[in-house]
Amino acid sequence: MKAHRRQPLYLAFLLHRLSGLGLALFLPFHFYVLGLSLESDAAFDRVLHWTAGPLFKVAEFGLVFLLALHFFGGLRLLALENLAWSDRQKNYAAAALALSFLLACGFLLRAF
Amino acid sequence: MRDSNPIQVKVWRGDAAGGAFAEYEVPQQPAQTVLDVITWIQRHADASLSYRFACRVGMCGSCAMMVNGIPRWTCRTHVNKVRRDNRLTIEPLRNLPVIKDLACDMSQFFEKWKRAEGHFNGVASRDQPVAAISPREPARRAASAAIECINCAICYAACDVVAWQPDYLGPAALNRAWSLQNDSRDRRQVERLQAVSSDGGCLQCHSQQGCAAHCPNELNPTASIAGLKRMAGLSFMQKKYREPHA
Repeated sequence: MKAHRRQPLYLAFLLHRLSGLGLALFLPFHFYVLGLSLESDAAFDRVLHWTAGPLFKVAEFGLVFLLALHFFGGLRLLALENLAWSDRQKNYAAAALALSFLLACGFLLRAF
Repeated sequence: MRDSNPIQVKVWRGDAAGGAFAEYEVPQQPAQTVLDVITWIQRHADASLSYRFACRVGMCGSCAMMVNGIPRWTCRTHVNKVRRDNRLTIEPLRNLPVIKDLACDMSQFFEKWKRAEGHFNGVASRDQPVAAISPREPARRAASAAIECINCAICYAACDVVAWQPDYLGPAALNRAWSLQNDSRDRRQVERLQAVSSDGGCLQCHSQQGCAAHCPNELNPTASIAGLKRMAGLSFMQKKYREPHA
């Protein structure tokens, strides 16, 4: 990473962008699986069976983490742009990351 | 006496057509600043080195350069705090065209200042009494927070949006606009808000906050730009600055 970008809020920007990109890449798969349910019960059941595996649960942890990160990151930006300015921007970015991780861990605990 | 452990300095030499790094060995001095290093090179190693400075005390904003990849005011940057493995890499400011060596062409920076209506437009003459503005007024406090800019263009060099979108006004011009939007004596606030919220204006900011992270005067242009965004959003809702036919 270039030296002038090595600061926490650039990392927050980057994580927000990358999580959005990750979610956008997931969407075609999501729609494909939903589409399967319209085509054939057997094909959809096969995918459902596959998604019950532990590896998929771990992947889902990543998905929930990305979703939460993008959500809380978005709330952070909305607050930054629409509410009175606060000098605690680094704290908010750290809180968004921590909350996302906690939420994803909570999901993982319930997944098994 | 020869310095046993001189600083290894790489300085970008060239002009608008291109250039390359030249290497120098500079003797260490107590309390040495990066500007001292550059000055030593020009006086003792290569008199053709071009760079810009004036006050040497962090007031004029003319000596900003990239030091080990970070935009800094070189007159107030101690070598001890920024050298890595006794090495310094010094380049002209990012996002600005180079004239020669470390001297940049600041024209676009100040043109954008003008585009952002960065000049005061008052109506009172010197014969009228001084406007009474309480230092406690929220607008005055917002203006005060943004007012100490020294036009060094460090925020401009740190901004990725300027690099990605050359039309973008940049943090310094928008910060200046914000201080004037909070000046109750100014009479061009509607026009200025339109100037800073159209293409290339405050709405382009991605809030990476590199400007605030690197501002040597610890100003926060991102806070100013967020203020302009709020102002523009509110004004849009109130349809105050729409064209008459809209």
